[in-house]
Amino acid sequence: MADSTITTTPPEAPAKSFALKKYLPSLSSISASLPGMGKNLGITLASMLLFLLVWQLGASYLYSVEAESRIERVLEEQGPAEAAKMKECIASGAVSCKPNTLPFPTEVLHAGQLLLADHFVISADKAEFARKTAAVNAQRRAAGEAAITYTGRPSFVDQIMTSLKTVAVGFLIALFIAVPIGVLVGLNDNLRVAFNWLVQVFKPVSPVVWLLLVFMIVKTLTLGTDTDTSFLISAVSVGLCSMWATLVNTSLGVSSVNQDYINVARVLKLGIGKKIFKVILPSAIPLIFTGLRITVSVAWMVLIAIELLAQSPGLGSFVWEEFQNGANDSNAKIIIAMFVIGFIGFLLDRIMYFVQRTVSFT
Amino acid sequence: MATPIIELRNVSVWYGEDENRTEVLHNINLKIEEGEFLAIVGFTGSGKTTLVNLMTGLLKPSAGEVFYRGEPITGPSPERGIIFQNYSLLPWYSVYDNVALAVDQVYPGWPKAKRDGHIRKFIDMVSLTPATDKLPGELSGGMRQRTSIARVLATDPDLLLMDEPLGALDALTRGNLQSEILKIWSANRRTAVLITNDVDEGIFMADRIIPLEPGDRSGLGPEYRINVERPRDKKALNTNAEFREVRTEILNYLVTLAEASKAERNQALSLPDLQPIQPGTQSFAWRRRAS
Repeated sequence: MADSTITTTPPEAPAKSFALKKYLPSLSSISASLPGMGKNLGITLASMLLFLLVWQLGASYLYSVEAESRIERVLEEQGPAEAAKMKECIASGAVSCKPNTLPFPTEVLHAGQLLLADHFVISADKAEFARKTAAVNAQRRAAGEAAITYTGRPSFVDQIMTSLKTVAVGFLIALFIAVPIGVLVGLNDNLRVAFNWLVQVFKPVSPVVWLLLVFMIVKTLTLGTDTDTSFLISAVSVGLCSMWATLVNTSLGVSSVNQDYINVARVLKLGIGKKIFKVILPSAIPLIFTGLRITVSVAWMVLIAIELLAQSPGLGSFVWEEFQNGANDSNAKIIIAMFVIGFIGFLLDRIMYFVQRTVSFT
Repeated sequence: MATPIIELRNVSVWYGEDENRTEVLHNINLKIEEGEFLAIVGFTGSGKTTLVNLMTGLLKPSAGEVFYRGEPITGPSPERGIIFQNYSLLPWYSVYDNVALAVDQVYPGWPKAKRDGHIRKFIDMVSLTPATDKLPGELSGGMRQRTSIARVLATDPDLLLMDEPLGALDALTRGNLQSEILKIWSANRRTAVLITNDVDEGIFMADRIIPLEPGDRSGLGPEYRINVERPRDKKALNTNAEFREVRTEILNYLVTLAEASKAERNQALSLPDLQPIQPGTQSFAWRRRAS
């Protein structure tokens, strides 16, 4: 279009400024939704109380059943005198004759405090170790030798961190395998046919079997190296188990791009790279993120089972070891781990939801 | 005579094969001359969008050939710019970026300042400067269509195709945009093809107007020349004798054909023998029991 015919001057570009405010809810919108939030909070708290009450009642019922059966057994095997002693022992709450069943909420709370205290003890121990070995490690590093590392027992918080690390690596593996394959499969009908049987057959395979498969492969590949095999095995298995949702959603998102957008790309003669990155991927992002959200929750869920089997450190092996321990507070610790697992899973989902909302155009 | 900018030779388009074959367009012959404003009017479902897709190259004819400046069309190209009926803006890009995508494609390697000035000039031309950084989702229908117009005009197409560009807009916005498109078109007199279902719109905007037969197997009807002086005034047009005459002729032609094709199809539906229930005359069992 010739400049002489249309005499409009291009206006100046407005200065762009980054505003965090855009991403935060405004004060007025918060105050407007406060009554509703108060009501919801009230309902949530009430249902939590009800949950605790049911738990308390259930636990005391199970406790009495367990105590009675124990007294009866002693009565049968050792006579009334011993039975009376056992009854007294149980009533006194002594650790040695405590019925082993579902713990009370207070016990769980107490176990949580113990675990936290234990974490502080171990952290202090670690810091002390680091201080002591600092000089030696500096020497060793200078000499080109490996530093001495702390090999003590990991605390509960350490286990959580290890689990998070495993799930993060597993998630990244899933992301980097599933999204590119999903895009290719979504773009090409022949590839879709080629991949279809694979997806259909392997999608329902149990995490346990994946773990064994990964074990077979990784064990051979890492022969002669000193990599952390158990960590690698659990991370790869988590990735393989959880990637299917992303794969299926990505290919769906890519293959169902609105025909209007494709027509725009065709009329403008966009190259294949531009077409994928400027038209197809942005359009598929909502579905890709739906897949990734499912992947994160599946990854966190199978992680526990996989860690338990792979003997890789983390929450899963913590739960399993506590179960094998059979200490007086083991059951309470397992329940604590359960709550922590659930809460972290919830947090991960919220994070993914937030990321999804920020990057989607809708 | 110079080579027509677009020529359709014996073009037919059908979907399906054998018994399931539905022919949308039948034996279309059309020449579009350089610099003219052609309007094609027709009912919905008569194959208007199919016809325009043939000209862009988004669709290949089942039989016959489509030529652009004497060369057969092999695929779409930005030199035949199209304004889509449903705007087709990319919703994840702002107004600026939507126009920029087209500009980058047609003028790769332009310096940054020139590119930026060009984009802003066309956004300003359709009066969208205040909305430059808005996403399409934040705009009204009229504003979206104006963005789409800016996107096409910024690529300086040799031929401007418009597929019912104002079909989804309200009457007021429609009138405004008709005038705006005409203003921009008359500024550089490119060839333009307008597909529309509004005969008045066609007569108001075009030099030549061709009705498309309704129903399946559409062919082109007789052409009508509109010799009203430009710039045309919408209000004065209503009292213009030629305008009224052409309008009546085209409408008569289309309506007669539509009646004929309806009679041909003979789809007299028999209504079921049902009587509506008047509210209040029927009482339900539980209410009867209560009384």
